[in-house]
Amino acid sequence: MAFRNFFNSIEPHFEKGGKYEKYYPVYEMVESIFYTSSAVTKVAPHARSFVDMKRIMTYVVISTIPCVFWALYNTGLQTNMGLSNIASSDLEGWRIFILQAIGIGINPNNFFANIAHGFLYFMPIYLVTLLAGGLWEVLFATVRGHEVNEGFLVSSMLFALTLPASAPLWQVALGISFGVVIGKEVFGGTGKNFLNPALTGRAFLYFAYPANMSGDAIWTPVDGFSGATSLGISASEGFETLKNYGITWSDAFLGTIQGSLGETSTLACLIGLCFLLITKIANYRMIVGCLIGMIGFSSLLNFIGSDTNPMFSMPWYWHLVVGSYAFGLVFMVTEPVSASHTNLGRYIYGALIGFMVVMIRVLNPAFPEGMMLAILFGNIFAPLIDHFVVMANIKRRAKSSV
Amino acid sequence: MEGLISLAVKAIFVENLALSFFLGMCTFIAVSKKISTAIGLGISVMIVQAITVPANNLILTYLLKPGALEWAGFPDVDLTFLGLISYIGVIAALVQILEMILDKYFPPLYNALGIFLPLITVNCAILGGSLFMVERDYNFSEATTYGIASGFGWALAIATMAGVREKLKYSDIPDGLQGLGITFITAGLMAMAFMCFSGVKL
Repeated sequence: MAFRNFFNSIEPHFEKGGKYEKYYPVYEMVESIFYTSSAVTKVAPHARSFVDMKRIMTYVVISTIPCVFWALYNTGLQTNMGLSNIASSDLEGWRIFILQAIGIGINPNNFFANIAHGFLYFMPIYLVTLLAGGLWEVLFATVRGHEVNEGFLVSSMLFALTLPASAPLWQVALGISFGVVIGKEVFGGTGKNFLNPALTGRAFLYFAYPANMSGDAIWTPVDGFSGATSLGISASEGFETLKNYGITWSDAFLGTIQGSLGETSTLACLIGLCFLLITKIANYRMIVGCLIGMIGFSSLLNFIGSDTNPMFSMPWYWHLVVGSYAFGLVFMVTEPVSASHTNLGRYIYGALIGFMVVMIRVLNPAFPEGMMLAILFGNIFAPLIDHFVVMANIKRRAKSSV
Repeated sequence: MEGLISLAVKAIFVENLALSFFLGMCTFIAVSKKISTAIGLGISVMIVQAITVPANNLILTYLLKPGALEWAGFPDVDLTFLGLISYIGVIAALVQILEMILDKYFPPLYNALGIFLPLITVNCAILGGSLFMVERDYNFSEATTYGIASGFGWALAIATMAGVREKLKYSDIPDGLQGLGITFITAGLMAMAFMCFSGVKL
């Protein structure tokens, strides 16, 4: 209890009238890491629930653990496999130095060597995300007097997982700054934004620095190594040729393929999804809608067919496992703030995103992947969908009450 | 027919007048506070656009183009320098008629639109539509399709914008950004989301 006493003893300094009144958000942030908030609702209605913002956000962070784990393993695996063609005397860089100094090495068949190498790529990106984004978060909280919200932990984790392993760290800092400031804080912080902050930052980077965010050479951080994502291959040669590159459906499902850090494994995302559905953080309606939209439109395109565009023939179960569809479906589509708020609206919102993903992947040759832009597109239409659902409800009930 | 459909899709999404060319920004930002008003204005713009673009197309083909006056016995006359003034004249006349119709039959919408209804006359999206028609050499059926579709695209954009702004009523926006500031940021973010169509070839 000495720890609690310590907080109790310094709390008066941060409260109204205290010496460090301005820094109350910082105090509140540190305190809420260790203790549950003692604040209670003061005005009616007095709803009783154990689910508060802190718990929701913590659950989402927990649900990303399988993806983080796979991000470490797969990044290490792809890097170590890429490095295995290079003579050991040519290897350089601080990561190699550390790995060899502690005796782990870079053998792609060694599970721990892969995890360790992936860790050395993921950790700098994640730390920069936390530092740069956290700085803005605390700055806005201090100046504007709102609390530093746990939502930032989710945004920063998701943002880091959507980046390629070779992303330059200054771009990571720039991207999360844009996401936090323009995507969220100018609207007043967590719960008041209309776009997903992590995706806003990611899309900003995508359009500002396409050379570092798309292409064949960036997914595995090995000089001179070129490996297209499975969507890139499918767009240029058709998904049937994936097996010539040694990619089967189960590889794509497990996630031993090229791609951004956390997006490759559909399995890891589905484990996270189960957790989110059991704890009722994610709303199943958006998932169902998104699956229906994707399966429906991709089946329609399969049926239409095309001689010149090989993406037309890609079946829905491939759309599901390649690229970031699964990752976006689980962690971005289900984000409650930027989604529709009515139940019927959630189905429509999900279906719109599912439709748009396939539309962008198949019909837009400029972008091989479409999940990011499809979700942003869904975000801007979510309020309008709600409006029409509410209007329809009012009409229906007005009719039945006469 | 297929060509017309792809032209329509292109005009609505890929080359959206508001979010890809940023035309008609003054009304786009001023009248997007309420969804119902925004939809009303969107429909008005769509109607004006659907009539003026084909009307201007006829004027261009039969009066202004080099050799267009052949039917009147002046095969060498080129009146294209009168283009701008004739297009804007047609637009102004049409908006005047539309205003009178709305005043008579839809007074709530007429009052809600206020000064912005006559301002459709100088809405750059409307003149822009006619000028794109001239520049891209559309024939009459293409011009009709383009007029309806580009107007619809603009209406869609302003309705979406109004939806987002109604949601932003619950936001806590810093003092300096309230009103127009945040609206510009919102429009920019929406344009970024609409980038998903850039590059679609039809």
